[in-house]
Amino acid sequence: MAADETYPDGLQYHSEHDWARIDGDEATLGVTWFAQDALGELVHYEPPEEGAEIAKGSSYGEVESVKAVSDLIAPLSGVIVEINQKVVAEPETVNDDPYGEGWLVRIRLSDASEAEDLMDAGAYKSFVAEQ
Amino acid sequence: MQTLLRTPLYERHRALGARMVPFAGWEMPIQYEGVIPEHRAVREDCGVFDVSHMGELDVEGPQARALLQSLLSNDLDRVEVGGAQYTLLTNERGGIVDDLIVYRLEGGRYLLVVNASNRDADYEWLKDRERPGSDIRDVSDRYSLLAVQGPRSLERLGLGDAPAFTFEMGEIDGVECVINRTGYTGEAGVELMAMAEDSEQLWDAILARGAKPCGLGARDTLRLEVCYPLHGNDIGPETDAISAGLGWVCALDKEFTGVEELRRIKADGPERKLVAFVMQDAGIPRQGMAIAEGGEVTSGSHSPMLDRGIGMGYVPAEHASPGSTLTIDIRGRERRAEVVPKPIYKREES
Repeated sequence: MAADETYPDGLQYHSEHDWARIDGDEATLGVTWFAQDALGELVHYEPPEEGAEIAKGSSYGEVESVKAVSDLIAPLSGVIVEINQKVVAEPETVNDDPYGEGWLVRIRLSDASEAEDLMDAGAYKSFVAEQ
Repeated sequence: MQTLLRTPLYERHRALGARMVPFAGWEMPIQYEGVIPEHRAVREDCGVFDVSHMGELDVEGPQARALLQSLLSNDLDRVEVGGAQYTLLTNERGGIVDDLIVYRLEGGRYLLVVNASNRDADYEWLKDRERPGSDIRDVSDRYSLLAVQGPRSLERLGLGDAPAFTFEMGEIDGVECVINRTGYTGEAGVELMAMAEDSEQLWDAILARGAKPCGLGARDTLRLEVCYPLHGNDIGPETDAISAGLGWVCALDKEFTGVEELRRIKADGPERKLVAFVMQDAGIPRQGMAIAEGGEVTSGSHSPMLDRGIGMGYVPAEHASPGSTLTIDIRGRERRAEVVPKPIYKREES
C-alpha cells in the first residue's frame, strides 16, 4: 500500500523532491512522498555504482514508473558507499516507505556545508503546497 | 490555445480521483488507483475503460459496401449483418492511414470505429473518395463507448457467451446499448456503445457490478502485452501491413488502395519486421530508443504480468526470429532483449 503524505522533521529537502538524512560525514538519500506520488508505482531503479562521485544538483540515477522516467537529483555531493539493493529488487518499496526502507543510496559527504541551503520539513511543505 | 475535448464521463472521472492527461485532443483519465492494479484487475477479474474519445463514422447507401471494399484491406464480404471485422484503411503506398473495426448493420449500413487521433483524417479520407450512393457521416458525438474487459466481465455484466467480432442490441440494467464482442486487452469482454446522454447511467451500473475503473495507462500496457499495434506508435502511414505482421487482415486477392505495393512486399519478403521483445537485462524500453541491430522501439513499457521491460519495434528481417538478441540503447546504456513470439503475454491454460 502506498504511504500517506508525510515530510518528516530531521531530514533536509532539495527542490527536485529529494531528501537527505545527514549522519556525521555520511548521508542517506531518497525521494520524497511528493515525488513518488507524482511518478506512481515504481517499477525500475537504475542506481549509480558504488564508489561513484555524485554532485549536488546533478543526476545520480533514475527511477521509472510504468509511464515515466525521472532523474534522481543529488541533494548533496559525495561518494556512493552503499546502494539499497532492496529497492533494486523491489522498486515499489519507495512507494510504500519513501523515508525508511525506500532509501536509495548512502554517500560520504564531500562538502558538509552544502546542507545549509537545503530546506527543512516546514519549508519543503510550503514549497510542495505551491506546486 | 487548444481546448481539450471531454467525454460525457469527465465529471465521473474527476469524482473518482483520476489523473487526467491530454490524449489525441481529449482530456482523458490515464489512471485512477494506479496502472498496475488496474492492469491486474483486467487480467484477473474485470475493468472498465471510457473510450468515448474514439471516433464513429457511419457509411450508408447502395454503394457503401463497394466503397469500403475498395478502401479497406480486409474482405468485407466475409462480414455478415451483426458481425464486425478488424481492418486497415490503407494509402497508395500500402501504408496504414488507420486501423479500425467495421461493424455491418442492417440495410447496407456500416459503422467504422476509428482511433481518436485519426477521426478527422479518416473522415476526410473517406469523404474525398465518396461516390454517388454512399453517404459518410461522423457520428462520434452521439455515442459513448465503454470497454468492459477481463475474465469475469461477462459474468459481472450478466451476459452470456457469444462469438468474438459479433454484436447485438441489448441492455445493461435498463440502459440500451450495442454489445460488441471486441476489445483491446487480450481478455474476454465487450465494448458497449450507448447514447451519449445515457453514458453516466451505464458507467455507474458497470461500476456497481464490480468493474474496476481503468485508465489509458493500463489500456496501453494491456495491449502491448498481447502485441496489439497502436496506430501512431507501431503502425502508421509510412509503415505497411506486411512488415507490421498484419498480412492476416489484408485480402491480397481483392482490389483496394495500395494492394499492388502490399503484394510486392509480400512476394519479396519485408526488409524489416515488427517484432515483440522482452528485456533480458534490467531497464525499460521506451518509444524512440535505438536498437543497435537496426531500427527503433515503437512501443515500450514495463509488463506488469512479466515484471520486466517489454516492447515492439521494426528490426531487419535477419534479426526478427524469436530467440534473436537485440541491443536497446536505454539513455546511453546498452541493454539486451530477446525477440519473442507474439503475443508476449499469454494466459496459462488451466
